[in-house]
Order: sequence, then structure tokens, then C-alpha cells
Amino acid sequence: MRPSTWCRLILSSALSLALAAAAPARAQAPAAAPPFKIGVVTFLSGAAAGPFGVPARNAAEVVAEALNGGKVPAPYAQKGLGGRPIELVFVDEAGGPVVQVTEFRNLVQKQNVDAVIGYISSGDCLAIAPVAEELKKLTLFFDCGTPRIFEDASYRYVFRTAPHATLDSVAAALYVTEVKPKLKKIAGINQNYAWGQDSWNDFEAAMKALRPDVKVTTSQMPKLFAGQYGAEISALMSGSPEVIHSSFWDGDLDAFVLQASPRGLFKKSTALLSAGETAMFKLSGQIPDGTIIGARGPNGVFAPDSELNRWFRAAYNDRYTLWPVYPSYRMAQALLGLKSAYEKAQAGGAAPDQERIVTALEGLTYESPAGTVKMAIGKGHQAVQEAAYGTAKHVGGKLTIVNVKRYPADKVLPPEGVKSADWIKSSLKPVK
Amino acid sequence: MATILAVLIDGIIYASWLFVIAAGLTMIYGVMRILNMAHGSLYALGAYAAASLAGTWLARGYPPLGSYAMLVLAAILVGLVVGPAIERGLLRFTYGRDEVVLVLVTYALFLILEDLVKLVWGVESYFVSEPYGLLGNVDIGPLSYPVYSGALVLVAAAAGLGLHLAIRRTRYGKLLTAVIHDREVSAALGIDVNRVFLVTFTLGTMLAAVGGALTAPTVSVVPGMGVEVIVLAFAVVVIGGLGSVGGAALGAIIVGLVRSASVHFLPEVELFSIYLVMALVLAFRPRGLFVAAEARKI
Repeated sequence: MRPSTWCRLILSSALSLALAAAAPARAQAPAAAPPFKIGVVTFLSGAAAGPFGVPARNAAEVVAEALNGGKVPAPYAQKGLGGRPIELVFVDEAGGPVVQVTEFRNLVQKQNVDAVIGYISSGDCLAIAPVAEELKKLTLFFDCGTPRIFEDASYRYVFRTAPHATLDSVAAALYVTEVKPKLKKIAGINQNYAWGQDSWNDFEAAMKALRPDVKVTTSQMPKLFAGQYGAEISALMSGSPEVIHSSFWDGDLDAFVLQASPRGLFKKSTALLSAGETAMFKLSGQIPDGTIIGARGPNGVFAPDSELNRWFRAAYNDRYTLWPVYPSYRMAQALLGLKSAYEKAQAGGAAPDQERIVTALEGLTYESPAGTVKMAIGKGHQAVQEAAYGTAKHVGGKLTIVNVKRYPADKVLPPEGVKSADWIKSSLKPVK
Repeated sequence: MATILAVLIDGIIYASWLFVIAAGLTMIYGVMRILNMAHGSLYALGAYAAASLAGTWLARGYPPLGSYAMLVLAAILVGLVVGPAIERGLLRFTYGRDEVVLVLVTYALFLILEDLVKLVWGVESYFVSEPYGLLGNVDIGPLSYPVYSGALVLVAAAAGLGLHLAIRRTRYGKLLTAVIHDREVSAALGIDVNRVFLVTFTLGTMLAAVGGALTAPTVSVVPGMGVEVIVLAFAVVVIGGLGSVGGAALGAIIVGLVRSASVHFLPEVELFSIYLVMALVLAFRPRGLFVAAEARKI
């Protein structure tokens, strides 16, 4: 017998043994409350893992464990999802949309998850949405930004429990016009893919609507994960804009701040970092006073002082000795949205099927550590929330956020059935 | 005028950064005929080692200027430890095989090293930003450049010149050239080909690690940082001609200037400007700028 045949024989016998062992175990599982299995997809490797994916995974673990133990404050005191324990299956989001579609099919068809929560990258969300619909699997996007998902299509099984990128860009424009009334020149540096392009387009359109006389000196669009921004920083500096808009995130944000700060870019121009909250603590020495910081909604430092938020911060900090950042908040928000929908669908009766959970989640209003979430647009599939921006200020060597301004959801997001780009043009009026 | 000056300065800085990384890649290919897919991981290892060493140095409160020595030390250590380990432990079993097989071997090595980095350092990001701003800035017109970038240009120039002189003017360089031209005849003439390979690979590794170590202060050191770099480095060496150090220098300068010009004048095309140049060069000189056409061996 050749070695390869041996290998095959050993493999196949091992496999059949494993299958034989697995079968009775499944049969013996208690029939009463089978766990509700959730596939959780976030970046566990690559540049986005440290600042984004891992804080989100951490939040999923903290919240799922606390829910299973019945330790979350009201209205989430009931154990698990309506009494059913939550089981999480983690998948790495690295590898791009093609890999993610395969992983998604794997989660649904092989792992038999009951729902999927995931996706930080807009590219992945755009690719997954039609597949989730095809496989009829309840899927909650917890973070990705692009408005296109529910503006260009409509889905029954796909939801997004966080507001989309229009909120970040419009609120940024409103904040800038308020704090810089004499603004004349702006510039931008955003990553060249869905999120960066959408962010800049919305911000530029909103600025032009609010202040038609504002000039754009340059709009830089480096490749995602480019890492070296020497030339971009020179191009930004030479136009001397008063405000530089950037929706950079992950290692790119770190690298941009680390390279721009020593060159004095932030002294000449005010940086507006719409996703800056994830980097503000680790780079507190490099972020100068006056930098405008966003957290993609009322997350992190902008979160309301509620019992739920106090519990979330304490529980997260107890376990990881770090404070939760906005991806953590958004992950918690997705899990609590699913729990709210599940328990609404259950309403004292038996365990609900997926169709009833989906119907319950459509148009739902619920509480999260970041305040009230309304599934108000995208035919009840897209969340809206208030927006918040603030300005960095070092107090006693610690970076704090001052001059916080909040904007209600209807001032920063389009109403039902209106596309973001059209809404920005038609509803934002020039300020005097 | 000021913009043209900025294009030149930004382009040269970027080219220097690229050259340090690409020089090792092209040298290893030139001598050993190995297209080292793991070169980006060696760069990442250099960055991680630098962040750890220089970070520890600064955290202990030692004089900040010493952090530069730590960056260099990190690169040398990675070169001396990882280079021979890979060459003796893995690559020497594959010599004489088809180049495609070696691409697969080094690709596997790349995957292993990526995971090894995660095992050792985890997935969090590491920072060692002090050295970047420590030397102060030079103001040129409305722009301000860190002296550190100037130092990077000097390192690249020194590496390029050093390699050139070592290959052309030293006895060892002559042995190297002999091995490049014919491995078997060189061995028959008494040249210790294995030692030449060991030294070449160690030096190539060290250059990648120097690139990583000098980049570490300007970025957050994160898993996957080597992947982006390897694509760029390949573009550079392909433009210059695989195996030619002079070609890598020219390729780096072309890529640096084209990218910098597109950032300043046409930011929309930055994404593909480098690959456009690569496609153009390959359309007219399929083997790169510096490689002479060769009769096919049967």
C-alpha cells in the first residue's frame, strides 16, 4: 500500500470514529432549552483586529456571558434569549468579501447557527447581504458604515443595528460649522474604498450645502492599509486648510496621526477624526488639543450615563482592564437588539421561530448602553440613533472630550425611503 | 515650484523606504533564485523586534537617543537569528528545485511566520513613536519634514552603495557573481556555494528587518503589516528587473516619484498609479529595466 493510501485510510477511519462519537452526544443533549447559536464575525487578525475586531469580540463575550448568567440590568435581566442560553461561534473577518461569503455559508449550512452578527468592513456587508437573504438567515450587521445596503436594496433577513455613515459625516459637518463659523478651506484624507469614499462624499456634500463658499483644497484617497502617508501629509499641508476631515480607522488612523503630528500638520489645521475615538487613548500624546473626535454615534465617551452603560463599562473593564470603544458598544447593541426581538416574539409563549424574530425586530425600539436605538429606516431594518461630536483637550495629562454637541437622529440621517445623497442636498440649508 | 519640490522630497523619502525593503528581496532572488514570499514577514519581524526593544528601552527611562541603536540592534538580531534559521532549517532542502516550488515553500513560510508573530506578540498594536520626532524637523517652504526621514534616505543610500561596492569591488562579491552565473561550475571550482547562500539570505533578511525596524516609529505595528509591503516590493523589483540591485534602486525611485506626483496632482489615480507604471515597463521590457535579454537554455 502506498503512503497516501495509508493516510487516506487512517483519515477516513478517524473521521468515521469522530462522527460516530458525535452522533450520540447530540442525541443526549437536553431537549428543554437548546442554546441559541450565534455566529460572530469580526476581525481577529490583520490591521483591524487590535483596534476594532478584538474590542468587538470582547464585548460579545462579556455581554453573552452576562446575559446567560442573568447579570445584565433591566430590561435585560432575563437569562439568555428568553431563557435559551447563548452560544457564540467566532469567525475571523479577515480575507475579503469572497472569503467571507464562504465563511458565511459555512456558518449557516455546516455550523447551523441560528443567527449571524458581524462585519466591520462595508465591503463585506455589501457582499454578505444578498447571500444572507438567499440562505434566509437572520443576519445583524453591527458596525459597517456604507448607506448603500438598505438604500439600494431591501431585505427581509438582514438588519443593521447601528446607524450608517451618513450620520457621521453630516454630524461632522454640523459640528464644524458650529465651532468654526469663519471656515473657508477644508481638505480630506479618506481610505479608497466604500467607507472612505462614502464618508468623504457625504461630508463634502454636507459642507457645500451648509457653507456654499467653502473651498476643498485636496481630497486624498490612499489605499486601505497603505501605512505611509508622507506625500499625502505634504499635499494636505501645502493647501493650508482650516479643517481636515478623515474617516481613517484601525492601523491607518494610528499611522496617519503618528506621521502627521510630528510634522506639525495638526498645529496648522484642525483634524476631524470621525472614527477617532478608537485611537484617542493609545495616541493621547499625539492628538493635540482642538482635534475634533467622533465615535460613530453616542458610543464610548459620548454614551449616556445610564444604568445599562455603567454596567457595560464596569463589566468590560473588569474582564479586560480596558474601556470599551465604539466597536464594543456596537457589538453590545447588536446582541441586545437580537435579545429584545427574540423576547418580543416569544411574549410568554414557546420559543419563536426565525420568521417571528425577524418580524419582531422590524421597526423595533430598544435600549442599549449607547442610549435608545430605533430600527426606523430601511423598512424597519436600519437603526437610527443620535450623533455626538466633541473636541479633544488634555486635562492633567489625560485626554478628555469637551464641547460635546449632540444631534438628534432626524437631523443627521435621512427619513424612510430617501437616499442619503439626495437628502443632504435637499434638506441641509446654508447657515449664516 | 513649491509643489514640484514637495513631489521630489516626498518621492525620494518613499523611494528610500521601498528600496531598503526591495533590495533584500532582489538580492536573494539574484543569488539564490528564490522569490521570497516571506520577505514581508521578515520586515514585520524587524518592526516587532524594534518596537519591543526600543519600547523597553524608552520605558526604562534610558536616554531616548539610544532608541535608535535599539532599532538597528533589533534588525541585526532578526537578521542573524531568523535568516540562518530559515536558510539552514528549511531552504537548503529545496535548492535545485523549480522556482515555482520555491514560491510555494516561501509562501508557506510566510503563513507560518504571520501566525508566529501573532503567537508571540498577540494581535494588539505596538507603538514606538518617539524616535520619529526626536531629531526635530526641517522646514522647507510651507512644509515641515522630520530629520528622521532624512536619516532614512541616508540609510537607503548607504545600503545601496554598500551592496554595489561589495558586489563589484570585493573578493566575496566576485565569488557571489560567479555563483549567480553558474552554481555548479562555481562549486566545481571550489567555491563554498552553501556558505554564499547562507550569507546572502542572512543579509537579505537583515535588510528586510532594517526596513521594518525603521518603519516601526511611523506606524502602529500590527499583524498583517508585511502583506502590504510585499506587494509594493514586488512591483519595485519587477520594474527594475528581478535580481538587480541597481534595478531595485531605479524601480524604487520611479515608484516613489510617480506615487508622490499622483498624490500631489491627481489623488484619484494614486490607487493604481504604481501598477500602471509597472504595466507600462513590462509592456516594453518584459524582464524589467535592468535585465538584459538572455538566450534560452535548453
